[in-house]
Amino acid sequence: MTIPVRRFDAVIVGGGGAGLRAALQLSESGLKTAVLSKVFPTRSHTVAAQGGISASLGNVQEDRWEWHMFDTVKGSDWLGDQDAIEFMCRKAPEAVIELEHFGMPFDRLENGKIYQRPFGGHTQNEGEAPVQRACAAADRTGHAMLHTLYQRNVRANTQFFIEWMALDLIRDEDGDVVGVTALEMETGEVYNFHAKGVLFATGGAGRIYAASTNAFINTGDGLGMSVRAGIPLEDMEFWQFHPTGVAGAGVLITEGVRGEGGILLNANGERFMERYAPNLKDLAPRDFVARSMEQEVLEGRGCGPNKDHVLLKLDHLGPDIIKQRLPGIREIAIKFAGVDPIKEPIPVIPTCHYMMGGIPTNYRGEVVIPKGDNPEARVNGFYAAGECACASVHGANRLGTNSLLDLVVFGKSAGDSMVEFIKSEMPTWKPLPANAGQISLDRIARLDNQTGGEEVADVRAAMQRTVQARAAVFRNSENLALGVKEIQEVAERVKRTQIKDKSKVFNTARVEALELENLIEVAVATLISAEARKESRGAHAHADYQERDDEVWMKHTLYYGEDRRLTYKPVHTKPLSVEYIAPKVRTF
Amino acid sequence: MTDFDPIELKRIRWRSRRGLLELDLVLERFLANGFEQLTTAELFAYQKCLDLDDNDFLDYVNGKAEVDDPELAHIIGILRAA
Repeated sequence: MTIPVRRFDAVIVGGGGAGLRAALQLSESGLKTAVLSKVFPTRSHTVAAQGGISASLGNVQEDRWEWHMFDTVKGSDWLGDQDAIEFMCRKAPEAVIELEHFGMPFDRLENGKIYQRPFGGHTQNEGEAPVQRACAAADRTGHAMLHTLYQRNVRANTQFFIEWMALDLIRDEDGDVVGVTALEMETGEVYNFHAKGVLFATGGAGRIYAASTNAFINTGDGLGMSVRAGIPLEDMEFWQFHPTGVAGAGVLITEGVRGEGGILLNANGERFMERYAPNLKDLAPRDFVARSMEQEVLEGRGCGPNKDHVLLKLDHLGPDIIKQRLPGIREIAIKFAGVDPIKEPIPVIPTCHYMMGGIPTNYRGEVVIPKGDNPEARVNGFYAAGECACASVHGANRLGTNSLLDLVVFGKSAGDSMVEFIKSEMPTWKPLPANAGQISLDRIARLDNQTGGEEVADVRAAMQRTVQARAAVFRNSENLALGVKEIQEVAERVKRTQIKDKSKVFNTARVEALELENLIEVAVATLISAEARKESRGAHAHADYQERDDEVWMKHTLYYGEDRRLTYKPVHTKPLSVEYIAPKVRTF
Repeated sequence: MTDFDPIELKRIRWRSRRGLLELDLVLERFLANGFEQLTTAELFAYQKCLDLDDNDFLDYVNGKAEVDDPELAHIIGILRAA
C-alpha cells in the first residue's frame, strides 16, 4: 500500500509554546514549515500555565541572570546541565522582551515596564533574599503566549495541520530523521511527512499517573514515538508533584487553603502532619507534605473505599472565612470532589504536575544520543523542545516559571539550529526509506483486527494505578521493584487492546488506543529509571537511600525501550562562560 | 438525538478535548451524560462553546464570568449542571 507523501523543509509536531516558537523561527527564515497538532494550537496545554515566565529584567528589584542561574541549578538539585541553564537564564530577558514586542500583554508597572511578581525559589545573590522575577499576563500567561505566537505564525505563513496526530518517526538506514507519519483525524488516512528536519514539541505525559493536573491530551506522544524509533529517554524518574490535588480528578487545591488553617486528616481523623513535622505541621514544604500523605496511605490509613487518599478539612474555619479568603475553592470542591467544604472535608492526593525528563537534547535543541565514545552524538534532522525535551535545565526538579521560559528559549534555539542545518547541510531531501510509515499502518491494522483484547480505558486505568502506587512521591526499593514487574505486565496488555469503533472518520477510540501505546512507553521508562536510582535527588525521594549521592549518581539516566535497558551519561558541569556552581546541600 | 450529521457529532466529541484539565473533566462528564439528549439548537450552541478560548470557557462554566449571549447561557447552564 502506498502512503501519500507531503513534503516540507521542516515539520514540527505539537502546537504549544515550544512548537509555535520554533515554527516562527523557521517560517520567518523562508523555510516551508508545517505544524501538526492534535488540537487547535491555542488549546494546547501551555494554556494552563498561570504563574508566569521568569527573567532577570530587574524591573522591580536588582536582579542578574547569574542569580537566576544559581536558583535554577539549586532547584535542579545539581542534575541540570549548567551550559544549558546558563544559556536559558542569559537569554531570558531578551526572550521576554521579544514576546512583549510581539504584542504579548504583560502586566505593567506605573513606569510602563513589565511588572514582576515574587515566586518560590527566586532569590537575589544565591539565596540571600527573595526577588521579583516572574513576568505575567494576569493569571493567563500561557494563554497570552499561545495567542501571541499563533498570530505571528499565521503572519509568517506557517502551515497548520490541525487535528492531525503524529504516529511514528521516520529514520533512514543512517539513523537520520527524514520525516514523520501522521494520521488525519477527519479522514482516518495516514500520511508520510517528508522533511529535512523534524522537531518534537509534544509536551508532557502526566497522564501516566492516576492523579495528574495534566489535560487529557498530554499523552507523551513524542516520547512514545522516540522510543519506538530507538531514541533513548533521559531522566524519566523525575516528576514534579503538588501535594493537594482533588482525589480522582487532579484539579489543584491551592496551598493557600492550608495557609488559612486547613488541616490534613487520615482515616482515623488524626492530624498526621503533627507527627511528621511537629513545628510546621500542615505548612511543611510541598514535597515533605506530599510524602507524608502517601506514607499514611501506604500504611493503611488512607480514606475512602479504596483507602487511597487523605482529607483536607476546612469546615472549622467557618463559612465566612471560606467564602471570603478562599474564593473558588468551594466551587472546585463541589464540582470536582462532590463535597461542600463548609460541611465536609475534601479528598486530596499528591498529584503529578510536570515531567522533568524527556528526549535528550543539548541547548541547541538538537537530539543527542550515545554513539561509540561520544555520549552525545547528534541525530541528524531531529530536534526537540519544551516539556517533551530534556536539555537538561530542570534536572531533578523544576523551578517555578522556568517552564514557559524553557518553551520560548529552547523553541527559538531549536528553530535556529534547524534553519542552519537545513540551509547549510540539507540542500535537498534525503530519500524516504521504502518501508516508511509501515510501522504506523501495522499499529492501526493490529487495532482493527484485534479480537479477544481488553478495553483501552481498563488498561489505561491499570497503568495509571500502577504508576501512582509505585512511582509517585513516596519511593522505596520494594515498592519500585514491584512497580517494574507490574508495569511490564500492563505493557503486555497494551499490546492486546481492542476498539469497537473501526470507522475512519474522527475515531476518538482509535486515537486513544494509539495514545495509550505512547503513554505506556513513558510509564515503563519511569518505573525502570526510578528503580535503578539509589539516592534521593530533587523529586526522586527514595526512602531507602535518603541522601543525594553526587559521587555515584550525579549523572543522567538514559532508558532504551527496545530492550528496556539503562545507561548513564555525565551531567554537564561546564557552563558557557561562568564558573561551575559546585554542589551544596539543598536547604531552604 | 437529532438528525445532526453523525460525522459532525464525532468531531464535536474530539473537540471536547481541551487544554485545561478542569474543562476535560466537565466535558467528559457531559459527553457521557447529557450530550445525547441535546436538541439541534443546543448542539449548535455547544459547537459555539467549543470555539471559545479555554480560559473564557472555564470562567463561564465555573460562573466566574457572566455569559451575555442567551444561546450560550442556556448550554453553559446545562454544562454546569452535568
